[in-house]
Amino acid sequence: MAVAKQKLSVPFDYDKYLRKDKLPHIWCPGCGHGIVLKSLLRAIDNKELSKDDLCMVSGIGCSSRTPGYVDFNTLHTIHGRAFSFATGLKLAKPSLKMIIATGDGDAMAIGGNHFIHTCRRNIDMLIIVYSNAIYGMTGGQSSPTTPIGSIATTARYGNVEPPFDICEMAKAAGATFVARGTAYHTQELERTFTEALGHKGTAVVEVIDSCPIYFGRMNKQRGASEMMENIEKNGTFSVKQADKLPDEKKEGKLVRGILHRVERPEYCEQYDKLIVAKATK
Amino acid sequence: MAEPEKKLPRIEISERRCKACSICVDFCPTNVLEIRGTSCVVKDLEACTRCQLCDLRCPDFAIRVFD
Amino acid sequence: MAAKKKLMQGNEACAAGALYAGCKFYAGYPITPSTEVAEIMSVELPKIGGKFIQMEDEIASMAATIGGSLAGLKSLTATSGPGFSLKQEALGYACITEVPCVIINVMRGGPSTGYPTGPSQSDIMQAKWGTHGDHPVIALTPAYVQEILDETVRAFNLSEKYRTPVIVLFDEIVGHMREPITIPEPGDLEVVDREKPDCTPEEYKPYDDTKLIAPLAPFGDGYRFHVTGLNHSEDGFPTNNSEMIDKNNRRIMQKIDDNIDDICKNDESNLEDAEIGLFAVGSTSRSAKFSVNAAREKGIKAGLLRPLTIWPFPDKAVSELAEKCKVIIVPELNLGQMVNEVKRVAAGRCEVIGIHRVDGEPIKPAQITELIEKYS
Repeated sequence: MAVAKQKLSVPFDYDKYLRKDKLPHIWCPGCGHGIVLKSLLRAIDNKELSKDDLCMVSGIGCSSRTPGYVDFNTLHTIHGRAFSFATGLKLAKPSLKMIIATGDGDAMAIGGNHFIHTCRRNIDMLIIVYSNAIYGMTGGQSSPTTPIGSIATTARYGNVEPPFDICEMAKAAGATFVARGTAYHTQELERTFTEALGHKGTAVVEVIDSCPIYFGRMNKQRGASEMMENIEKNGTFSVKQADKLPDEKKEGKLVRGILHRVERPEYCEQYDKLIVAKATK
Repeated sequence: MAEPEKKLPRIEISERRCKACSICVDFCPTNVLEIRGTSCVVKDLEACTRCQLCDLRCPDFAIRVFD
Repeated sequence: MAAKKKLMQGNEACAAGALYAGCKFYAGYPITPSTEVAEIMSVELPKIGGKFIQMEDEIASMAATIGGSLAGLKSLTATSGPGFSLKQEALGYACITEVPCVIINVMRGGPSTGYPTGPSQSDIMQAKWGTHGDHPVIALTPAYVQEILDETVRAFNLSEKYRTPVIVLFDEIVGHMREPITIPEPGDLEVVDREKPDCTPEEYKPYDDTKLIAPLAPFGDGYRFHVTGLNHSEDGFPTNNSEMIDKNNRRIMQKIDDNIDDICKNDESNLEDAEIGLFAVGSTSRSAKFSVNAAREKGIKAGLLRPLTIWPFPDKAVSELAEKCKVIIVPELNLGQMVNEVKRVAAGRCEVIGIHRVDGEPIKPAQITELIEKYS
């Protein structure tokens, strides 16, 4: 199916996947989370996935409000533990197509342990980390991905902690599909999500997006568009450009695209293949 | 001979959903849109090339461009 | 046909009870003195189409257990003191989202790491107040190996019936004790299955407030709905409406309050003419029973009230006891938890005396007998 390349005569109908009565959503003006969600919905449409099978699980934070807006089986849980709730759901009912909506704080700080063990198990789920380097819901505190020197309400003198590289973390922990995108590169993100949804195993997609209200205002960014331009567009380069660009042009920038993809047995399949087979012999 | 009348696109904006963040305005390659009050509005429909960038980047599910 | 007898350990009987009740999902983390439950479930569940997973920590175990239940499977986790502490936030989530599940807590000495291999009854109050916010609590307290099996089945039944987590508390002594028990045949014990909605997905409200307990649809069966730990309205979505918040918060308590008689269960011995009452659970109640029998042999009118449901607290039974006794003795392996509840209910109608022990040793009959004789 050709997607997104054609000039659309009819725009994409997001409403068929949304709980329309819940809009407008709670995200601030200019927050990139809605753009990420739209890319995901187009990818879901590309894969022709059934709403009855889709199950979106989240923790706590701005990103974790995503499940409330999509007309799937949706679970908004407690801070950092979405992975564990989702693991229980998936193992109990492998027919569910799991998607986790989480943020840099939810996944990398309070949920760090569950994140790495989910990747290690390679249980079939797509983990979307909305990465905006800040705790938005609580009003702009520094997170494990806040760059050194950035200002936050709990880092008034500038953050001194080095940030995590979410993709490197996912890869090291054993995720079998690891990618990075941005809200600015929305069509590229749709393609990445489409690939990720077709992957068997734990797929982690980090999406760089912007929090203009908290991060932006504290860090002298003039608005959402400027942040998208500076951080998402100019602060990244694609994996295709990586070989062509000289090192100085890559300095301090993040690479976008599918960064890691391997085949490894998936947890639920292994459970059936190894454990159940031996137990019932 | 008179030129056939150019078929204009139709841009649908939901004022209820729009939060006037200005992303669509700032990234429109042909300067079709502007913010008026608390919503985005069409300023110059004739300039629209139907590229869909406004729709793709609207975080609020508020704008759609029909051919 | 002769009933099937078997020598079993308490923790083993717990797993047997869970399987009898139809448990099909277990998520847990190793912790002394409850680990045997996980070990047995890891062997047995895959044989019957069930799922077992050892999670990365206690928090994840509780969360995965709730996930398993939302997918429609009867779900269990087992732990002990420190692990029970870690499970509390997710336990509260199960309360507000009304997801059935059973949590076994084989109580050990505390605080903190405390005395992992020593018995204790110091989580009685944690079971009631461990998670934040007002919330419904059902907690059962078996004292014999046979009872662990039977009460684990009852825990699942109550959990599925009332759409709420149920905690089973027993101390290390009972958990590791071996006794001959009767294994029930299918049909011997009641097994309650979760009510499923009979309406269309369009009509379905996961927290239908015209009902005290709405049926819970499993995820993935066409009933697409939202579950959140935020205060929510009857459709499951977050709400700021104070009327709705109030209504829901009260309803989840009312589920328990309106069904006290169905949930509460007591074992009474020699209470008819008792002047000295004993109130005890778990291993301590076994010592108490011994002391009551010894006292009766000497002509002392002692009797034992042994609750099998500690939460909701057996107010009615304790009140009756306070009415007829001059003293209620409360032996417990902590520094005073149940005793204050008994005092609350007795409300000055009789004396209430605690016997407390936190040195990792059980309360022995001699200690209780001494006090009974003092009051006789």
